Amino acid sequence: MNWESVIGLEIHVQLATNSKIFSGASTSYGAEPNAQACAVDLGLPGVLPVLNERAIEMAIKFGLAIGAKINLHSVFDRKNYFYPDLPKGYQISQFETPIVGEGSIVIALEDGQERTVGITRAHLEEDAGKSIHDLFPGQTGIDLNRTGTPLLEIVSEPDIRTSKEASAYFRQMHTLVRYLQICDGNLAQGSMRCDANVSVRPYGQEEFGERTEIKNINSFRFVERAIDYEIGRQIDVLESGGIIERETRLFDPDRDETRSMRSKEFSEDYRYFPDPDLLPLTFSQALVDKIALTLPELPDAKRARYIEEFGLSEYDARSLSADLDRSDYFEAVVNTCNNSKQATNWIMGDLSAYLNRNNLEISASPVSAQQLAVLISRLDDQTLSSKTAKALFDGLWNKADSEQSVDDLISEMNLAQVSDDGELTGIVEQLIADNPGQFEELRNGKDKMLGFFVGQVMKMTQGKANPQQVNEIIRAKL
Amino acid sequence: MTDIDNSNINITHLARLGRLAIAESNHANTTQELENIIAMIDAMQSVNTDGIEPLSHPLDSEQLLRADVVSESVSRETFQKDAPRTEDGYYLVPRVVD
Repeated sequence: MNWESVIGLEIHVQLATNSKIFSGASTSYGAEPNAQACAVDLGLPGVLPVLNERAIEMAIKFGLAIGAKINLHSVFDRKNYFYPDLPKGYQISQFETPIVGEGSIVIALEDGQERTVGITRAHLEEDAGKSIHDLFPGQTGIDLNRTGTPLLEIVSEPDIRTSKEASAYFRQMHTLVRYLQICDGNLAQGSMRCDANVSVRPYGQEEFGERTEIKNINSFRFVERAIDYEIGRQIDVLESGGIIERETRLFDPDRDETRSMRSKEFSEDYRYFPDPDLLPLTFSQALVDKIALTLPELPDAKRARYIEEFGLSEYDARSLSADLDRSDYFEAVVNTCNNSKQATNWIMGDLSAYLNRNNLEISASPVSAQQLAVLISRLDDQTLSSKTAKALFDGLWNKADSEQSVDDLISEMNLAQVSDDGELTGIVEQLIADNPGQFEELRNGKDKMLGFFVGQVMKMTQGKANPQQVNEIIRAKL
Repeated sequence: MTDIDNSNINITHLARLGRLAIAESNHANTTQELENIIAMIDAMQSVNTDGIEPLSHPLDSEQLLRADVVSESVSRETFQKDAPRTEDGYYLVPRVVD
């Protein structure tokens, strides 16, 4: 039988506020365990939550960016469950009236096709703490630093059909929240995590099959692998006559499989009710309008502009605009050297290769945008050949000093092309004298010999001669 | 939000959700008490609320917001004095694995 999978994602985005959503404790990552868990976060008796206005503004900003309805009136609810890393016994979340209503986002697939994925809603909530299972024999260590970090949970419609679409959607969301600067986007530190709801149905069937939920996936790659495994597992179960049970599963990247997480007798029952500690959240359309004015150029608009303004290909434009730091770097280079083609080639080529090899982000590039721009200008004015430019790039990379003058380094490394006619003519004449046979052949129309002479000149000048100029000098001798 | 009615109170399930240890001998008793509470809620449900906006909080007031500044310094030592077990800054609990 042919099966079709139906996928919806819930993405949890940690908002980049300084303090927590309901307390004044710091949200910075990597502190000593429990050094950032204050009385409110610990749920000590007598404390009350007070809402962080920045988290509200960030949620509104996100809602505007996906064309969603912003609810001027929303309510915080308690989601009740027991777990040691949730000290209050409930998580403050939004259930019936989220701050952000329906919207949508456009994703691009590998073949360049675009698809629109509906967003059901996005709501504010607090993050839980962390349970450490492998540090203390027979016990679980609890670190509550993360408790109360503001989260925006973005719930998609079940519009996604393949694991590739799911990861494209996750990536696009990552790009968007980075553009909006509402999240640092650091997946390794858990700044963005996603849960995937997966079901399968016979191709052509309208109603959905029973779904399972895969929890806490924290990489673009794992999203694909977890969903692929789960689709295969569900099809196997159904084809051997079994039924899919609605359950929560966990992806194990080491074994590349999902496994059941909660025992079934223990059905989830969160008993949501409005949190009496928090009044309804109400704000004015004027605030929404004010935030709308702060929206940056969004990825789709930037990509279109790169094609229009710089003549980039769809692929290059998409790649350069997919990451905010990368597009900033690109524009800084182009603004100085005015050569978008070379800027694109260097950033997508050598720079990316060097960064990948050293596992560096472009924001930490040892070669600054300014330096790369000057390098490109020196290529343009033929001070450098493509070969010496690469040597210079390597030199700049190793210096790793944004103050280093590019022109000084060109002299220091002796990379400037020999473009002195007299010097080059001397070399050519010497070569002709040393290789009379070859020169005769060239004279008799054997054009291949031109390559030989140019090659010899390049060799003698260590690649610093301007090949075009050498060509001209040799032709003049014929 | 919940759809409990008097005919389907599962006291074992509710006790488990609330992490309450209700002795077997008290099950009938507690069930009766819950049934009484639900009867009271049913009485409220019969009030006609057509055209009235749902109220999520009894106070007719709006949420006040705080500026996004770090205002709490955490004295871990003080907080952890009350914890039954701590080590290396962690709170320790009996091993829980999903």
